[in-house]
Amino acid sequence: MSEFREPLKRARGLGSAKTGTQHFMVQRVTAVALIFLGAWFVYLTLGLLHADYASARATLAEPLNAVLAIALVIAVFWHAQLGVQVVLEDYVQRTAKQVVYQVLLRFACFFAGAAGVLAVLRIALGS
Amino acid sequence: MSSTGRPLSPHLGIYRWQIQMVTSILHRATGIALAAGSLLLLAWLCALAAGPDAYAAVRGFCSSWIGIVLLIGWSWSLSYHLLNGIRHLLQDAGLGFAKPVFVRNGFIVVAGSIILTALIWACVLLQGGAA
Repeated sequence: MSEFREPLKRARGLGSAKTGTQHFMVQRVTAVALIFLGAWFVYLTLGLLHADYASARATLAEPLNAVLAIALVIAVFWHAQLGVQVVLEDYVQRTAKQVVYQVLLRFACFFAGAAGVLAVLRIALGS
Repeated sequence: MSSTGRPLSPHLGIYRWQIQMVTSILHRATGIALAAGSLLLLAWLCALAAGPDAYAAVRGFCSSWIGIVLLIGWSWSLSYHLLNGIRHLLQDAGLGFAKPVFVRNGFIVVAGSIILTALIWACVLLQGGAA
């Protein structure tokens, strides 16, 4: 069937769908959070270098440390998902393979994030 | 690759290496490395939740020679991605785009990442090593 509509007519309304900057913004917000959370995590692990199991667990169970650890886990895997997503978009062909990789990436990052949060909760709540 | 007879865009191989492309490539490479390295963070947290035996296993891995090599790589990746990430945030604000400034900041970030990594491992050594 021949196309009677102008290309502009077909393009209109198919733009950003009002979410064009979301990826950009979330990547930046998690990046700013990770500046502070990353520095805190390096400081924490250097302090726990020779700590035994009980004292390491007790340190992470402190409320402030537990909250920061949960924030770190969420920010890390969210930021990683956004970054690796773009790498896959750039280097994997736009076939079914691309879709499968993107879905697997989201499953993996969500699973890792959920597992990390649960681990910190178990440490903090002592179960 | 099938030959279409069309001209191809010039590929990486023909460019002279310069700091602008090095910092860009390293940012992506360290990002991928850190995404993989974050699994060690996850393993550490899960081991801490699971009990002393699991925690000892993760610590044993971290103080093995392959663990140390990976940790040195990841600490540098974190240092580099952190510093160059701050540079990217400043660029988002429109700063640092003049060519001499852009080049200078590239060298600052690369040198800074090595210094930061050295500082982290100096802290480790001052505490008597990673073991």
